[in-house]
Amino acid sequence: MAVSNDASELKAAAGAQGATGTKFSALFAGTMGPLIGLALLCLALTLTTDTFLTVRNILNVLDQITVLGIMAIGMTLVILIGGIDLSVGSVLALAAMVMGYIAHPDYLNLGVPAGVVAALVVAGLCGLVSGLLVTMTKLPPFIATLAMMSVARGLANMITDGSQIVGFPDWFTNLSIVRHFGFLSVTVGLMIVLAIVFAIFLNYRATGRSLYAIGGSAEVARLSGIPVKSLTNWVYAICGVLAGLAGIVLAARLDSVQPSSGLGYELDTIAAVVIGGASLSGGVGSIGGTAVGVLIIGVLRNGLNLLGVSPFIQQVVIGVVIALAVATDTWRRRSQ
Amino acid sequence: MSSDPRHSESPHHGLFVNGLCKSYGPVQVLADASFEVRPGEVVALLGENGAGKSTVSNIIAGSTKPDAGTIIWRGKPYSPANPAAAIEAGVGMIHQELKLLPDLSVAENVYVGRLPMRGGRIDRATMNAKASAQLKRLGLDVSPERKVRTLRIAAQQQVEIAKALTLNAELLILDEPTAALGGEETELLFQQIRKLKAEGMSFIYISHRLDEIAQIADRVVVMRDGRIVARHERADIPVRTVVEQMVGRSVERMFPKLSPPRDETLLEVENLSSPDKSFNAVSFSVKSGEILGIAGLIGAGRTELVRAIAGADPISSGAVHVAGKPVHLNGPAAAIRAGVVLVPEDRKAQGVVLEQTIGENLAFGNFDHVAPKGWVFPKAVQKFAEAGISRLGVKGKPNQAVSKLSGGNQQKVIIAKWVSRPPKVFILDEPTRGIDVGARAAIYDVIADLARSGMAVVVVSSDLEEVLGLSHRVLVLSRGRQRGILERGEASNVAVMELATS
Repeated sequence: MAVSNDASELKAAAGAQGATGTKFSALFAGTMGPLIGLALLCLALTLTTDTFLTVRNILNVLDQITVLGIMAIGMTLVILIGGIDLSVGSVLALAAMVMGYIAHPDYLNLGVPAGVVAALVVAGLCGLVSGLLVTMTKLPPFIATLAMMSVARGLANMITDGSQIVGFPDWFTNLSIVRHFGFLSVTVGLMIVLAIVFAIFLNYRATGRSLYAIGGSAEVARLSGIPVKSLTNWVYAICGVLAGLAGIVLAARLDSVQPSSGLGYELDTIAAVVIGGASLSGGVGSIGGTAVGVLIIGVLRNGLNLLGVSPFIQQVVIGVVIALAVATDTWRRRSQ
Repeated sequence: MSSDPRHSESPHHGLFVNGLCKSYGPVQVLADASFEVRPGEVVALLGENGAGKSTVSNIIAGSTKPDAGTIIWRGKPYSPANPAAAIEAGVGMIHQELKLLPDLSVAENVYVGRLPMRGGRIDRATMNAKASAQLKRLGLDVSPERKVRTLRIAAQQQVEIAKALTLNAELLILDEPTAALGGEETELLFQQIRKLKAEGMSFIYISHRLDEIAQIADRVVVMRDGRIVARHERADIPVRTVVEQMVGRSVERMFPKLSPPRDETLLEVENLSSPDKSFNAVSFSVKSGEILGIAGLIGAGRTELVRAIAGADPISSGAVHVAGKPVHLNGPAAAIRAGVVLVPEDRKAQGVVLEQTIGENLAFGNFDHVAPKGWVFPKAVQKFAEAGISRLGVKGKPNQAVSKLSGGNQQKVIIAKWVSRPPKVFILDEPTRGIDVGARAAIYDVIADLARSGMAVVVVSSDLEEVLGLSHRVLVLSRGRQRGILERGEASNVAVMELATS
């Protein structure tokens, strides 16, 4: 099952640090609600469909959530420090277009690796600019990244004057198609590795722990000697790089790049992080929780498809789930 | 002394306050307060920080409810349910922090909540004309259409007064009205008060600046520890008398015995000034093992000064040396590396991350120690936290959220965060604010221990007893300027207050 799959990976991450069962619960601290919701969702879909609980379908779900999952990792960091990044969907598109423009034979034809590097650099710069707007010009993160959202989308369109770029080498598209060891495509593996790396970073690195201090109270963090500004810049830059990486994964999945891709992804990403128990006011959240949030959205979409529910109704259902997940979490916290 | 204000029949139509009491939990902030304000009179309400002046004013202005006592206003019993009811009854209060809407115009601020309407639309012409008339009455020549944000503080204050006038206020409470004003602006305010007084308006005037009282007040009421300790029929009383009454003799407190300082000077501050002039050309030094108290009234620049020394706020000129080496004050991180740590004034907003655990809070600021190669392991944090907890006697466990602790224990967590470094200079701003009296002694012991272990300690406090009881020497600030440094022997309540109000 998808849950146990991903969860046990994260558990292994904790285990690698000499952790016991209690560490596992610490990794999902504050996310018991979403975790139970995910379990119930899987149970319901197993009972109502023949196809949900099949290896093939679960692998499908994992394939479908890679783009969202990779972006959600970056968004987790941003939301942890009390920020928000509305530009990830546009940065995804910009990075993909940069990659396509540099790699594709019809344009610069410098090869996919060069394209990927350039795409990640551009995406990272976009994030860094958002960060600097927040730390230097003191723009609210909402406004700074709203501006970046518009700028990046415009740049993405400018590269090819709005047209898409189709056709990449087979080895590149195979990254998201060929399942190694019978189940793991490179892109799914990349998502899982990134989740583990960032879970370890947030839990066991001084810098990662510092992000919790910044989100809890930026002034306390500053007076404690934590370099709040530079960490904030880094977090936005990393969020940008991960959005760019998600763009490359999407390019591999679709064998094409288009400037209109990733439209509205920022909202899915924020929803996944928030469903996973993170607080928009900062200081609360974890990669484990975000993984659960991403899975809830992925499983829900998949399940509603299997049940033949129209995509329009799906949007309504996902909206309701976001409201329910966050409301129950808020009630639970208040009752404590 | 005035006639006893507890008359059942009012001899005039002013304000009679009879036996007001107010407690917050076990702390009584107001006990049996009684006084009167006659029509066309300015009564000055004096007292130290926390003497109960604000509580009395808030009750009269309707923002606080008394536990006991009555008020007679204009011959009728008066118990406003909220500030709106007080305004309805003709009682207005001008707060120290002005409550204006900065992006609305002067006229809109004056008439907010009751904008004149005509035909379903705001009648701007009438509004501006009426506001203009009130401003003229105050001798203020400002366009009613100007945004309040663009006005100077003094003019903003007059907009508040104009607002109160349009509300037909007959009693105006002014809370520290001159705190942000310069000499000329203060004089203008006084002229306006005299003019309005002649029209029959009454004022309760709260101030720390004793020199102003003689100029503007008709009578003086002195408060201390929630009680009214003196009523003067005249305002031209000697400052020393008032100060003695304000400070009084309070209950003996348990302060630890101080060990003598050592010879080595650890902290040297030379001619330090802030960009916004909240403090100016301050110079002092603190030796190893010495506790320097910093006293002064609210707004004297004490917090700004120590925050600057700890690198939290920028300076415009001057220098700080720690153990003989100059400190580059470009941020808290640099100050911490140089050995200067700060326990900030606002514990909950600046000192601790409330939702996070004691362990986490202790680790923030000590990652260089807890995580030597950047790896933070729960066990190391736990061990570090346990050491800090036992060293300071915090009543709590490493994995407990700081929000669940009492104020005193939260304060110990903040101190524990820094002691293990160990720092050379330990600065504590209002270390016992909001902490129960019983728990304060423990904090005092901790502070004395810090000094005994060889640190240079700086303590800022609004509580005069505390500064005097804890310090080897006391530096007194007034309006951003250093008024003097008193040795332990010569530092008395009266001596400090005289400097602080100068």
